[in-house]
Amino acid sequence: MPHLHDIIYLLPEIILLLGALSLLMIGAFMRGEKIAPLAGGGGVKTTMKDEATIAVAANRKNWLLAGGAMLVIALALMASLPQTVPDGNEILSGMLRIDRFGHAVKIFILIGTGFSLLVGWRWLMRAKAAMFELPVLMLFAVIGMTQMVAANNLIVLFLGLELQNLALYVLASSQRESRRSSEAGLKYFVLGALSSGLLLYGMSLLYGFTGALNYDAIANNIATQNGGVMPYGILIGMIFIITGIGFKISAVPFHMWTPDVYEGAPTPITNFFAVVPKLAGFAVIMRLLVEVFGEFHVEAGQILVVLSMASMVVGSLAAINQRSIKRLMAYSAISHVGYGLIGLAGNNADAYAATLVYLGIYVPMTLGTFGCILAMTRGGKPLDELSDLAGLAKYHPWLAAALAVFMFSMAGIPPLAGFFAKFYIFRSAIDNNLIALAVVGVLSSVVSAYYYCRIIKLIYFDPPQAKGALDPLPREVAWVIGLTAMVILWFVLWPNGYIDWVRHAATDLWKGSE
Amino acid sequence: MEILIVFLPLLAALIAGFGGRWIGARNSEIITTLAIFTAAILGVMLFAFSLNHGADVTHRLGVNDVKIIPIFQWVSSGSFTVNWSLRLDRLSEVMILVVTSVSAMVHLYSIGYMSHDPSRPRFMAYLSLFTFAMLMLVTANDFLQLYFGWEGVGFASYALIGFWYERDSANKAAIKAFVVNRVGDFGFALGVLAVFSLFGSIGFDAVFNGAEEASRRTINLVGYDVPALTLICLLLFVGAMGKSAQLGLHTWLPDAMEGPTPVSALIHAATMVTAGVFMLCRLSPLFAHAEFARDVVTVVGAATCLFAATVALTQFDIKRVIAYSTCSQLGYMVFAAGLSAYGAAMFHLVTHAAFKALLFLGAGGVIHAMSGEQDMRKMGGIWRLIPVTYGLMWIGSLALAGIPPFAGYYSKHSILEAALASGTVFGNWAYIVGTLVAFLTAIYSFRLIFLAFHGPSRAGEHTMAHVHESPWVMLLPLFVLAAGALLLGYYGEEWFVGEARRDFWQHVLVASPDHDALVKADMLYGTSLLSGWRMILPSLAGGAGILVAFLLYVIFPGWPHRIVNMFAPVHRFFYHKWYFDELYDFLFVQPAQKLGRFLWQTGDVKTIDRFGPDGIAAVTRLGSRFVSGWQTGYVYHYAFAMLIGLVAIISWFLLRQSNGIF
Repeated sequence: MPHLHDIIYLLPEIILLLGALSLLMIGAFMRGEKIAPLAGGGGVKTTMKDEATIAVAANRKNWLLAGGAMLVIALALMASLPQTVPDGNEILSGMLRIDRFGHAVKIFILIGTGFSLLVGWRWLMRAKAAMFELPVLMLFAVIGMTQMVAANNLIVLFLGLELQNLALYVLASSQRESRRSSEAGLKYFVLGALSSGLLLYGMSLLYGFTGALNYDAIANNIATQNGGVMPYGILIGMIFIITGIGFKISAVPFHMWTPDVYEGAPTPITNFFAVVPKLAGFAVIMRLLVEVFGEFHVEAGQILVVLSMASMVVGSLAAINQRSIKRLMAYSAISHVGYGLIGLAGNNADAYAATLVYLGIYVPMTLGTFGCILAMTRGGKPLDELSDLAGLAKYHPWLAAALAVFMFSMAGIPPLAGFFAKFYIFRSAIDNNLIALAVVGVLSSVVSAYYYCRIIKLIYFDPPQAKGALDPLPREVAWVIGLTAMVILWFVLWPNGYIDWVRHAATDLWKGSE
Repeated sequence: MEILIVFLPLLAALIAGFGGRWIGARNSEIITTLAIFTAAILGVMLFAFSLNHGADVTHRLGVNDVKIIPIFQWVSSGSFTVNWSLRLDRLSEVMILVVTSVSAMVHLYSIGYMSHDPSRPRFMAYLSLFTFAMLMLVTANDFLQLYFGWEGVGFASYALIGFWYERDSANKAAIKAFVVNRVGDFGFALGVLAVFSLFGSIGFDAVFNGAEEASRRTINLVGYDVPALTLICLLLFVGAMGKSAQLGLHTWLPDAMEGPTPVSALIHAATMVTAGVFMLCRLSPLFAHAEFARDVVTVVGAATCLFAATVALTQFDIKRVIAYSTCSQLGYMVFAAGLSAYGAAMFHLVTHAAFKALLFLGAGGVIHAMSGEQDMRKMGGIWRLIPVTYGLMWIGSLALAGIPPFAGYYSKHSILEAALASGTVFGNWAYIVGTLVAFLTAIYSFRLIFLAFHGPSRAGEHTMAHVHESPWVMLLPLFVLAAGALLLGYYGEEWFVGEARRDFWQHVLVASPDHDALVKADMLYGTSLLSGWRMILPSLAGGAGILVAFLLYVIFPGWPHRIVNMFAPVHRFFYHKWYFDELYDFLFVQPAQKLGRFLWQTGDVKTIDRFGPDGIAAVTRLGSRFVSGWQTGYVYHYAFAMLIGLVAIISWFLLRQSNGIF
């Protein structure tokens, strides 16, 4: 019987849900011109017929929606910050699990979403790809993700995952006039459906062999069966589930959609894809591994080692050949997933903490880099080719410097944050005796240093293209780039607070399973 | 005061070196020159003070007549402690006096000489830096600081030889000087390490006090037990050979003339090249127990003396003649030190510093007057045009030739007397060589005078029209140095080698009791060995040399050519500097280059690069193309990849379970 006071722990989700629904209502029922005075705040009596003014009004509506969504996210973030945890951690009859780990991931997700929206919205407006539905869809995706992160039950997990997925499919294809965007959305949908199917099949196997849906019940069942015959079905179920989640985080070999979708989707959406769903996917896989498949940690470790190595190698090798910076970022993301998985291959709280450290640093690095990519427009037209970056430093020294910081950080050059991310992850690999993994990781990070440094060479040492300077930077983009660059530059000064916080979260996850 | 002497030049170097751009060339010159002059005046005061308070000095300085001024602790690691400190005794005071005064003269001279050069602050900064390093060297109280100064002057020398870095030849000469000195420094460093392993300390006092005990110990070297002190002394002497351009490691010195002339005067005549002689004197307590090493020193010194003089006879570059002359005179000092006549060695060092700096700076004046021409075949007939320089060059050359009453006469005499008196085989040999070289010295130095100043002019009209006397900033130092070349011998003899030398040197210079050539000379003075014609033979040789030069180059200018033709092979041998450069080129440089090319082309490019960076890069690129090839864009390929991955993972576990192999 659900207790009413459990709702207090769902406050962020409730805020998100109510916010999303009311924004949807506003968007659907208020026409652009009608809400214009509201947004303008001027109380001007409007009797416009004229197209331009309607467009202005539509813009205002879009800004209102996006602003509203950001406000909702900010409120949800504030509601998550206290990180209140119920006794026994479970609420709603054990459907959801509320712990510090979930809170930490939720905070990452909300921050990532908020900044993605902030940094990308003007781009969408300019590209005439902005629709009021987009912020709402992002909110729904976030709700789905928070459910995935908090789920303590396979059904809840699947529901959250599908809520997220459906929103993401639409987001990927949101630029309707663009063939590539539609193609990206369709590919993502088809392959996503396949992966959902695999995941669901794995869940049904689990249910079939254990007769339970709640994580702890499944774990108990596995533990009691341990003395008898090895439950193949459970093992195969786990493989299917890891495969399904592996698709979400685009781990090799389930990564194939990534470059196409990253390239085809509108850049701000790509940014969102690159940052946020990966966090949720990682959180789910971590929770499942700890709370459900604790008995199978050897087997799970083997799978993760393979996925991690393959992701690092493929991600860093394939990125070399790319000419599109978005495709390059796709492969870069794949290799970063590989590094993140190194921590999961180690079977203890410290290794998981290393992964969380990695993910937390990955968020500002990726946001900042995409901020720079979003800034690459000339005459209102977005640019995507690496060669468009040539000589950037001549026209935009600050932008170039920030991009150089992000690239160096991604390559793991000390003293930038990216170095610490890699440092902790490799150390966890060595502590867990995963030497081969650490070696492959270091080697592939050498390879990836090549293409990150090539970008720096392009922006600093190559002659600028004759086409001239880029469009001036929108103010909020500049702010986001500046902020993330500062975080990355200054992480070295105060790493301990952040790392302790993340370590608490990881420890909390592990404590819950004991 | 002592600290000021040493660190004022450093301060000036820093100001001129780093601030030269802002304070300007003129201010840099003023600051560095003022600093060095201050140091020189303080140096004179220091010397005069300690001389006048001779009685007190012993009291003030304590038993060892040494005053040690600590600066700060440098290294402290276990039993190994090194302090920065200044060791002041008569030896370092003399050296301070020489270094600071010559350096001051050269600084002043450089203001005039370098007046057309755009990077004067850099030049002055290097000069001051050199002075600092040289002062650190001479005031060192342990081997490490000695080594520091040693390398510091080496660096400054390198920087100044290559000062005109646009010139290829200057860069090559700078590198050559550095590399050849590295060879010597390697020996020196080994010597220092051996000192530490033998004595457990590198402080001079500890080492000197332990020398007698250590003389009975041996070091096992590739299976042979060699006397430890002999080995150490030989290794350290290798270092001295490098710095003092002794035969074998001399090849850098003539090439070093690529540097501006004031540099040649300061570094490659008066001070740095005498560092080796200084070291021999400083380490005399060690050499006192290493007879074999002393003999080696004697032989090498005498050989250098002869070698360089023969080469100097044949050279035409005015600076190279003086450079080989320096090399030759250093040979005198070194064999004097080898005969334990340290006082004589130091005496010659001091007088030589004065007259050789005078000669170099005078030659600089000539070069300046001749619009940069250095080849004596293109000079001549200018003595009327630059009479002052001409007269000063005469003083320098007379001193160099050892004609009384110039300074060189006294110091050279004392060396040759000691050689004669030493009574050993090597001493006798050194005496014969030294006398012969005195003759040769007079020939080549007056050959220089007559070729450069007399006879018909062989320069272009344009050059001749520009011949002019140097400005006063360049002449003033010459007068000071000329005064030194005139008076130092007469006034110094008593202190350095004469009756007063025991009080003068106190206990700084230690000679083995039965080997002190100066003592023997005192004993033999007035006997048949040290009287009559043998006493005046070196001066006679010098006079004869001048006469020969006069005959050959003024009266019968056709003769030299005929003589050259008559002794063509000998001349060629001398002219090509005994083929040392060619020999080294064949023995070391070419094999090293071949080895380097082999390691580079075959070892590095074809092996390491091909299989290393290039190979890995190629494999990476292939891999990249392969992996990118997967990205066909077809959804069914993507789905296939996913399913293959899934199936592979499941198969792995199923096979593992069923076989139990894994």
